Amino acid sequence: MTTFFQRLRELYENSPDQTVLHWMDARQPEHPISYRELIHGAAGYASALQDAGVQPGEVVVLILQHSEALVYSFFGAILHGAIPAIMPFLTEKLAPEAYRRSLKSLFAVTAPAAVVTYPEFLSEVQAAISSGGPVRKVLLSTEIGPRAEPDFSAMRGRERAPEDVVLLQHSSGTTGLQKGVALSHAAVFRQLDTYAEAIRLGSGDTIVSWLPLYHDMGLIAGFILPVLRGIPLVLMSPFDWVRAPYKLFQAVSRHRGTLTWLPNFAFNFCAQKIRNRDLEGVDLSSWRAVINCSEPMHYKSHVMFLERFRAQSLKPEAMATCYAMAENVFAVTQGGIDAPLTVDAVSQRGLLVDRIARPAADREAAMNMLSCGRPLANVEVKIVDDSRRELPARHLGEVMLRSDCMLTGYYRRPDLTEKAFLDGWFLTGDLGYLAEGEVYITGRKKDLIIVGGKNVYPQDLESLASDVPGVHPGRVVAFGVFSEELGTEEVMMVAEMEAGEIPQIEMEETAQRLSEEIRRRVTQGSDIALRQVRIVPQGWLLKTSSGKIARGANREKFLSEENG
Amino acid sequence: MTDEIEMTLAKYIAEKILKQPKRVISSEDRLISSGLIDSFHLVDLALFVEETFRVRMDDTELNAQTFDNLAALAAIIRARQTPQ
Repeated sequence: MTTFFQRLRELYENSPDQTVLHWMDARQPEHPISYRELIHGAAGYASALQDAGVQPGEVVVLILQHSEALVYSFFGAILHGAIPAIMPFLTEKLAPEAYRRSLKSLFAVTAPAAVVTYPEFLSEVQAAISSGGPVRKVLLSTEIGPRAEPDFSAMRGRERAPEDVVLLQHSSGTTGLQKGVALSHAAVFRQLDTYAEAIRLGSGDTIVSWLPLYHDMGLIAGFILPVLRGIPLVLMSPFDWVRAPYKLFQAVSRHRGTLTWLPNFAFNFCAQKIRNRDLEGVDLSSWRAVINCSEPMHYKSHVMFLERFRAQSLKPEAMATCYAMAENVFAVTQGGIDAPLTVDAVSQRGLLVDRIARPAADREAAMNMLSCGRPLANVEVKIVDDSRRELPARHLGEVMLRSDCMLTGYYRRPDLTEKAFLDGWFLTGDLGYLAEGEVYITGRKKDLIIVGGKNVYPQDLESLASDVPGVHPGRVVAFGVFSEELGTEEVMMVAEMEAGEIPQIEMEETAQRLSEEIRRRVTQGSDIALRQVRIVPQGWLLKTSSGKIARGANREKFLSEENG
Repeated sequence: MTDEIEMTLAKYIAEKILKQPKRVISSEDRLISSGLIDSFHLVDLALFVEETFRVRMDDTELNAQTFDNLAALAAIIRARQTPQ
C-alpha cells in the first residue's frame, strides 16, 4: 500500500514532462501544467509550512478560490505530511459576520495549525482566530513561490503511513463545517483502484471538470483521481462555468474529453442556458460517460440533456450515474458504463403508499426511477427498516453500506463517528431500494436539502430567519421542494409571525416586510437564495409530541395548501 | 423609475428570476452583491439582455464589479446600442 507522498514522487520522477492538468480561467488563456510544475509549486508550500513550524499530522485550512494556488497548497500540505482541508470560499454576497461565524466553527472543531489565504482575507481570518487557540500561523499564498529541485528525502510527508489521515472534506454551512470527513491514504487509494476499474479508466481517457474542489465529487473524481493516476485533466472554475456553461462543451470537444461528472441540476442548466452560436463546431462524440452524481437524479434531466446535445453527436450510451458520499471517499455504486443505464418503471402508488417499488402494471401511474448502478467491487449495500432489519429486494428502506474505503472518522468528533455506524455498517440516511442487484435512491431520511449538488442544513437557515425581529424565534421551518424545470431542489421557508399588537389592516404589509428581511438575512448568512418565504400566524406550524417543529409534516402542510 | 430599459429589466427580474411579480426593484437596489440574483440566474439575465436589447454581454462581465444595479446595467446596454 502506498501514500500520496510516494505516488507524487513517482509521478514527478517518472513523468515530469507529462501534462497533469489543462488550466482554464476566464481571465487568462488556457495553459498546461506538467507534473514538474505541480511538484515545484507544491514544494514551495511544503517548505513554507516547514518554516512555519507546522508538524506532520496537523491540519492546514485552505481558504483560496479555485486557483493554481489552491492546487499547489493542497499538494504542498500533503508533501509536508500535513492534512489539508479546503474551505468553501467566501462569495461576494455572503455577509462577513456570517463567514466569520463559519470560520470560527471550523477552527473550533478542526483545530488547524495553520491557514493559507490571500492578503485580502487576512483580517477576516485573523478576526476568527482566538488568541491561545490552535491556529499558530496564517500564510499568504502571494508570498509563496515554486521551489525547483525539491528534496524529497527532507520532506516530512515521507513519515506518513498508509493508514494515516491524508485529508479532510467538509460540507459548507455552520453545521457542515463541524463534520470533517477524515480519510486515510489507504482508503483513498482503495477507492481510486476500485472506482477506476468500475469506470474502465484507461490511458485513452481525458477528464473534463468544472466542479469545486471542496466537494467530494470535484475533489476525488475531478481532481485526485486523474492527478494520482496520470490521466489528463481539463479543469475550469465553477465560478466561470456557472456564467458560461458552454465552455465545458467546447473544452470536451477541443480536448476529446471522455469523462465528466455533473450534479443533476447541471443537466437541466446546460440544456436550457447555452446559445446555439456557442455550440458551433462542437463535437461531443468523444464523451463516453457523463456521470450524474451527488444529488437525487431524474430521468427527465437525462432526456432533456440528450435532446439538447444530440446535434453535437452526444452518444445516448454516454449517460451514466453514480451514488457517492464523502464518507466512502466518493463512489458507492456506478451505473451505465458497460451497459445502458437501467430505468425502472415502478408503480407510483407502490412506491409512495406501500413503500414497495413494484413494477408498474398496465395503465397504472408509473415513475421512471434511474438506477445508480451496482455497488463497487469493495462495497456492500443493504436496505434496512426502521428497526434496522434487512429488507428484501424492492422494499424501501434506509441504505446502509460497508466497504474497505470508509472514513477514518469525523475529525475530532468521535461522538458523531460512533453514531454513524452500526456493527461496522455505515448509516447513510438515504432512502432507497435494491432491485436485480442495482441501487435506487428515492429520498432522504434526514432533513438535508440538496441544492445544485450542495448540501444545505435546514437548521442553519432556520436559525438565521429566527433572528429577524417580528419572527417568532424557533418557529421557522426550511425544506426543499424539487423543481422539474431546474432539476434540483428549491428552498422554501415558513415562518410564524410573532403574536403582537399588529392591527389586521397592517398584516399583509408586515408579512411582506418580514419575508423580505428573512430572504435578505438568509442569503447573506448562508449563500442560499430562498424561492419562497411564507409568513403565517402563530400556531400554524405543526409540532411533534415532544414539542419540536416537525419539518416533514410542515412541508406536507405547505404543499397541500399551495396546491389547493 | 422612468427609464424604459430599467423598467423592462426590473419586470423580467421580478417575474422570471425572483418569481415575485409584485416585487419592486429600484434603480439603485443592489442586485448581485445582495444575493437578489444568485449566480445560477446570471446567465439567464445575460441571455435576456442579448435577446431583448440586441447587445452582447460577455460572461466575464457577469459580476458585481461590472454592474450591481439596474442603473449600471441599463447604462451598459445603452452604450452598446448607440452606433459607434
